[in-house]
Amino acid sequence: MYRYDERDRTIIGERVAQFRGQTERYLAGELNEEQFLPLRLQNGLYIQRLAPMLRIAVPYGLLNSDQLRRLARISRDYDKGYAHFTTRQNLQFNWPRLEDVPEILAELAEVEMHAVQTSGNCIRNTTSDPYAGVARDEIADPRPYCELIRQWSTFHPEFAFLPRKFKIAVNGAKADRAAIRVHDIGVQIIERDGEIGFQVYVGGGQGRTPVIAELIRDFLPEQDLLSYLEAIVRVYNQLGRRDNKYKARIKILVKALGPEEFGRRVEREWEQIRDGADRLTPEALDWARAFFDAPDYARFDAAATESDLQAQADGDKAFARWLERNTFPHRVPGYRAVRLSTKPTGVPPGDVTDSQLEAIADLADRFSFGEARVTHDQNVVLADVQQDELQALWQAARKHGFATPNIGTLTDMICCPGGDFCSLANAKSIPVAEAIQRRFDDMDYLYDLGDLNLNISGCMNACGHHHVGHIGILGVDKKGEEFYQVQLGGSSSENASLGKVLGPSFSRAEVPDVIGTILNIYVEQRRPDELFLDTYQRIGLQPFKERVYAKA
Amino acid sequence: MPKPKAGPQPQNPAQLIRGGAVASNEWRLLPASDEAPEITADTLAPGKVILPFPVWQRLREDLSDRSGEIGVWLDSNETADLLGEAARELPLVAVHFPAFADGRGFTTGRLLRERFGFTGELRAVGAFIRDQLTYLRRCGFDAYAYEGEESLEDLLPSLHDFSDSYQAAVDESRPIFRRRPLAG
Ligand code: SF4
Repeated sequence: MYRYDERDRTIIGERVAQFRGQTERYLAGELNEEQFLPLRLQNGLYIQRLAPMLRIAVPYGLLNSDQLRRLARISRDYDKGYAHFTTRQNLQFNWPRLEDVPEILAELAEVEMHAVQTSGNCIRNTTSDPYAGVARDEIADPRPYCELIRQWSTFHPEFAFLPRKFKIAVNGAKADRAAIRVHDIGVQIIERDGEIGFQVYVGGGQGRTPVIAELIRDFLPEQDLLSYLEAIVRVYNQLGRRDNKYKARIKILVKALGPEEFGRRVEREWEQIRDGADRLTPEALDWARAFFDAPDYARFDAAATESDLQAQADGDKAFARWLERNTFPHRVPGYRAVRLSTKPTGVPPGDVTDSQLEAIADLADRFSFGEARVTHDQNVVLADVQQDELQALWQAARKHGFATPNIGTLTDMICCPGGDFCSLANAKSIPVAEAIQRRFDDMDYLYDLGDLNLNISGCMNACGHHHVGHIGILGVDKKGEEFYQVQLGGSSSENASLGKVLGPSFSRAEVPDVIGTILNIYVEQRRPDELFLDTYQRIGLQPFKERVYAKA
Repeated sequence: MPKPKAGPQPQNPAQLIRGGAVASNEWRLLPASDEAPEITADTLAPGKVILPFPVWQRLREDLSDRSGEIGVWLDSNETADLLGEAARELPLVAVHFPAFADGRGFTTGRLLRERFGFTGELRAVGAFIRDQLTYLRRCGFDAYAYEGEESLEDLLPSLHDFSDSYQAAVDESRPIFRRRPLAG
């Protein structure tokens, strides 16, 4: 993974000092609330319903075991002993004291972490594929580009006060596991005639106006990545709306100008800077790639390790299930990537305790070269596990509550913090997730249903990605009461689509039954090998609607 | 005649930061207002003055013999290309930040310097805050007509909150990947 050098350490250290000064000025009354707001936001500090919330950047989701242990210690010393993985591969502390935050940032800097630009109207942490570097369908490893983008966007002097927040995602595989089409900029790595380059999408997003991004460039040469991003953000900085916060995202500008015209303006700007200093040099690209060189893999005979594993699985149904749902094929024979589930029933999705963070660190050290990755669906990946150690890992993971074999199934939900924590919420989301998990706890049924993303947001800001869930649930406010709208057919994959609203909303108590009815229709109507989304796309919304709203 | 929008106008404090030190402000600044169209080259008082962009555009020819004492200010919706190459001839351009969160002026500053060859005084005016000084400096500003409550002396260190940077900008022509020793 990327390691800081003196320059990174200097810059991040000066940031800590700067924020310490700002916090002191605020506590001394020299800065008022309004003046302090943008400063604390650019350091990841929100004031939430119950307490401050500090969001820590996890660059493209990558953590090493030292960082995990430090996060555990911080959660113990400065918080209530737990932390929360977000839907953008970051990590949040929900209960720090404002006056402790500079100290927390200093502790993070010691392990090469920070909270820079995790909120505010600036370029946020770049997200990527949790299987980067190991996936079999990978065209090129996205992480070197993510790191170059991290450096380019960190304290960018021109783009620290954009019209609105700005999110970039990079995907390097054929399948889109980074949801690039619902980001402000989505970068897809491609290879054409032996050259690596990028397809560039702009103007995707969720929130109250969900939009699938438009392709504005079909092949961008590798060395032009940063200058092209600079051109896009510059056009947006000049022309994006600033009169209405709900119309300020780049997606609104792209819609208003039309993607062709927006693309033309970007190209015109880019023509003037493409040969400038931001053009990536071969040395810079090699340098960035070197941080993500493959670890020292052992050599295995593919057929032999597969049959050994099969034999283990045959003897143990629970292990076999976990293997099927929670592991992912690896490009190197004899290895797999493993998902640790942070979503056992009854725990808010993404919440981990200090000792669980330490357990992840131990597992990473023991099984996966000391590294772990946070996923946008709030789980943790150990990317490089030997197949002959999977059973040992499974047993260890079970002890810590990470082995719920539900990855990719209905109960592996994405869920925002909602009304229990978030001051913007219309409704609670965590109790809904829990009610669904309790209702659908029969593993055989869940496996039979197969891949199914259910996403829950507590309001239309859509932090729980409900627009792109195969089933999406949105908390709404009906005359002061919490209600839930259900949507069907969303997806954040390479065939991204937005869910369609089923009809009038439901009370919280009704939600599990409604989901049950929807699933019944799927089971009745599916053809062999059809996943929920396939069936939905074939039969449409109507059959679901008729049954769910039928008068009993 | 439709009334021009009377948005926030830059103040023109008597003191400012210029060249890394506190200095006195030698320029008058004409706000954009309803009366502005009345002004002509003959009625404009002598001395150094910063004109709103539309006024400057209208009077530019008539004022050509006073060019050394005529500056321009751009509001945040007025982009650098409106001045374009004409910026080369100007002794001073001020860029207005009607609110600190309105970051358009950062792009305006950079483009004036990097694209349009402006070498005169580039002055930030309006509601920018102390913690933006480093960014402003990096985008090419060298004068800061600060309107906030803190003393100008206290502000000076914030011009250099960071001693190093990742990007190329006006103050540093090479991004970090061209400055780092990249081997191993
Ligand atoms: S979706 Fe709404 S309720 Fe949920 S975390 Fe985001 S802002 Fe809060």
